[in-house]
Order: sequence, then structure tokens, then C-alpha cells
Amino acid sequence: MTHAISCQTLDVDLAGRRILCGLSFHIPEGSIVAVLGPNGAGKSTFFRTLLGLTPVTRGALSLFGQPVRRGRADIGYLPQTRSMIGPRLTGRAHIMATLEGNRWGLASKKRSTEELEAVLQELNATDLADRPFGTLSGGERQRLMLAQAMLGHPRLLLLDEPLASLDPGRMREVAELTGNLVRARGITALISAHDINPLIGIVDRVLYLAGGHARIGTPDEILTAPVLSRLYGTPVDVFHAPSGQIFVAPGREA
Amino acid sequence: MLAFEFMRQAFLASALVGLLAGMIGWFLVLRGQSFAGHALSHIGFAGATAALWAGMPPLAGLLIAATAGGMGMSLNNARHGDRDIAIGLTLSLAMGCGSLFLYLLHGPASTATALLFGNVFGINQQTLQILAGTVLAGLIGLGTIGRPLLFASLQPELAEARGVPVQLVSTCFMAMAGLATAICTEVTGVLLVFTLMIGPGATALRLGLNPVTGLCTSAILAIAEAWGGLTISWYTDAPVSFCIAALSAAIFGLTTLFRRRG
Ligand SMILES: Nc1ncnc2c1ncn2[C@@H]1O[C@H](COP(=O)(O)OP(=O)(O)OP(=O)(O)O)[C@@H](O)[C@H]1O
Ligand SMILES: [Mg+2]
Repeated sequence: MTHAISCQTLDVDLAGRRILCGLSFHIPEGSIVAVLGPNGAGKSTFFRTLLGLTPVTRGALSLFGQPVRRGRADIGYLPQTRSMIGPRLTGRAHIMATLEGNRWGLASKKRSTEELEAVLQELNATDLADRPFGTLSGGERQRLMLAQAMLGHPRLLLLDEPLASLDPGRMREVAELTGNLVRARGITALISAHDINPLIGIVDRVLYLAGGHARIGTPDEILTAPVLSRLYGTPVDVFHAPSGQIFVAPGREA
Repeated sequence: MLAFEFMRQAFLASALVGLLAGMIGWFLVLRGQSFAGHALSHIGFAGATAALWAGMPPLAGLLIAATAGGMGMSLNNARHGDRDIAIGLTLSLAMGCGSLFLYLLHGPASTATALLFGNVFGINQQTLQILAGTVLAGLIGLGTIGRPLLFASLQPELAEARGVPVQLVSTCFMAMAGLATAICTEVTGVLLVFTLMIGPGATALRLGLNPVTGLCTSAILAIAEAWGGLTISWYTDAPVSFCIAALSAAIFGLTTLFRRRG
């Protein structure tokens, strides 16, 4: 069986600084993975490396058995930095611009496609798509960009903080919607986040990045005090609330 | 008024210029580069005066300087604030060079006025041909890079990930913006390129039209404003540049008011 993602002693440097160091793991096809870690841990860098936008410094990184390269059509991507250009264009116009934008030509006269309308419906975003992009709330914009990432039958989905700037209720809703869409299509998905809780029960694996190193496993294996303490290099406590929620906090020296 | 050859030439020239300026302007406003577009005309001014000083036609200097200036600007990847400072300084330096060349030239003041405020009634057959050629080149360019340009403008990181050569597209676009600015100067003058480049594009974007309709609307508006300005100028004797500028500002202002009410 081919793995969706395989890293072999992968190093990634940016501006002479080692960001990711000695990553070695495989992610089987169809997994849904939460990518966790503090600010600056390299979550976005890992995504950009998978997209071929940031070069591999050392080691090997392959997607579906092939070395990474830029411009693969089978990766859906939701960047972390959300541009606010063209605020008066409708959401639909924004998505359509991304759809055929890698081909030469003046402009697409198509207003929409069947696939887009179907995905919008699944995400409850049909009405949002008619409104000017700039008048949408952060969370509404997020849902449209999520629809954008789902188009073109991707095999791999890289969602960089799709839950950022959502209220707690919406976080869970968008996480569940995403989980259902992805599972129904058998897509491998990496979802970066700062909080595991909205993703509990949706992801089957956690990739935890800290200090340039990575650990991967089921949430129960990774979100434990010993594993995270080793990863961070300082004591970390993990609390389990009766509701099933998990909290990671800096620990006290024993 | 169309009985006069110079009037027919002026209408034809402003239609050509409006067509390209309107479309390029729509993208400039979309990308938040209207200030850069303004600076291009000043760089063109330095080029035009340098060409005059060297005994060459000013339009050649305009075209070369503005196109090169645009390509240079697209390579500046500084953060937004720093970029505005760089553009502002370049703009002033270019105007300064222009005044230096005018001084070295010892030419009549009318030369400077024609460059600064346009001289649409003085367009001859040969200039018209150059305008037509430039517009054709610009339209072919837009017809080629339009789609990736829109993608790269709206979602730069995504475009990069999908394999769009973002830097190349942006450099081509700014070169085309230089061409459009240079020919726009023939109608509105260096100081007023905003009226045909930015006014119509900003109006079309304000209306919230989708890209294809917006691009066409912007071009039609630019032509209509230029023709309207020529007509008003014919009947009132006011300078053409003033008439076009007033029309362009009025239409943008009305659109804003209307949208706010609606
Ligand atoms: N283009 C770049 N040049 C140099 N350093 C960079 C560049 N991009 C990111 N970095 C650095 O790489 C490190 C990892 O950044 P990255 O954006 O991958 O973090 P992240 O895990 O996504 O963080 P966040 O949770 O804040 O989004 C950071 O220290 C950042 O400063
Ligand atoms: Mg990030």
C-alpha cells in the first residue's frame, strides 16, 4: 500500500534556520490528521513543503509515492494567510478565479460549475457565495475558502488553521462538516489547529510539532504528559476534563 | 464637431486608450496598485523629457521608461508600507529628472504643458498607429495572462501552490501597465492618468460586478468618459483634461453615493 505522505529524515531550513529536523513518519491514505504545535513550530512550513513551495533541505518527502513537486492538481489547500483583495467581488467569483486560474487566457466566463454548487450546498454556503466577499464575517469567508479547497477532486487536503477566528460552536460545526466531506470522499486530510478539542472524534491521528521535531500517533498516544514533555523539552501537563476535552498546559517541575 | 479631422483623430485615440487603460486600470485597482500606476506616468514623464533632450520623439521615451519602470516595480517585494515609500521616492525623483531635462532642453513651456496635461488634439496619423499597435499588444497580453493574473491577485499563495508563475505574471502585468500609462498620457497628460486608468476601474469594482463584466464595464466607462470629456470640451471650450477628470470623478462619486443608499 502506498502512503499518502512519507518523510525520511526530512530537514527543512528557512533563511539558514532549521525549522523541521529529522522528520520520519508515514501517513496512510485516507487518514485525517490534526497538525498541532505552538506558534512557529513549523506547521505552515510543513504544508508549504508538501506543496513544493518550500524546498526540502535534506532527506526525502514523497506524496503518494512520488517526490513532492509544485503545482500538483490533486492537492486542495487552504492557506493560513487569507488575502482580502477584491472585497466587492462575490465569493463565487473568488472561487471561480481560483478554479481555472492556472491556465492561460483572459478570464473564465463561467459563473459557476456543478461541482462548486454541490460543495457549497454540502457546506451550507450557497447563499454566502452570492454576497460580496468583503462583507462576510471571518468564519463565513473560511467556509467559502474551504469549499474552494474541496474542488477538483483532491486526494490530499491541507487545511492551515481552518478553525481560526471561529466561535466555539462554529468550530465544532466546521470541523464536523469537513470531517464528513473528507471521509465520504476518502481524502487524506491534514488540519492544523491550536486546539485539539474541536477535532476530537474527527481526526484519527495527531502530528505534533515542537522544537523542530515531530511525533505522530493516535490522539491518546500523543497527547500525554511524557510525550509532550519530551517534545517540548520542558515539563508539560495534560488534563482530561470529564466532558472528554483535553487541555495542554505548561507543567511544574516535579 | 466630427467634421474636423483632428476631432475624429482625438475620438479614435481616446477610444483606443480608454479600451486598454480601463482594463489595465481594473486590475491595478483590484491589486491595490493604483499608486504604482500613478508613479508610472511620472517615470514616463522623465523618459519623455529625456527623449526630447536626446532629439527623439517623446512618446518613445514615455513607452520605454514607463514599461521599464513597471517591470522594475514588480520586482520590489517589500512590505506594503515600505513599497509605498519606495514608489513615492521614485515618483519624486522621476519628476525631478523631468524638470532637469526640461531645463537642459530650453524648450518652450508649451512642451511641458502638453506632456503634463495632454494634447489630444495634436495627435497625428503616425501617433495614432503607435497607439493602435500598443493597444493591440496590451490586449493580446491581457488575453494571455488575464486568468492567472486574477488568480494571483486574489489568492497569491494558492496560485503559487497551483503552479502559477506568480512573479512572471506580475512582471508582465506591470510592463503592460507601463504601456497603458504611456499611451494614456497622450490623452490626459502625465498628471491626470488617474482619470482614465483608475477612475473607471474603481467604479466598476465598486459596483461589485464579476470579473468579466467588470473588465468590460471599466473599458466602456473609460471610453465614455474620454468621449464625454471631448464633447463637453468642444461645446464649453474648457480644457479636455479638466472635462475628463471632472466626469471621471463625478461618475465615481455618484456610484459611491448610489451604492451607499442602495
Ligand atoms: N519565509 C521565511 N523565512 C524565514 N523564516 C521563516 C519564513 N517563514 C516562516 N519562517 C519561520 O519558520 C518558523 C515556522 O513558521 P511556520 O509559519 O511554519 O509556523 P506555524 O507552526 O505555522 O506557526 P503558527 O501557529 O503561528 O501559524 C517560524 O519561526 C518562522 O519565523
Ligand atoms: Mg501557521
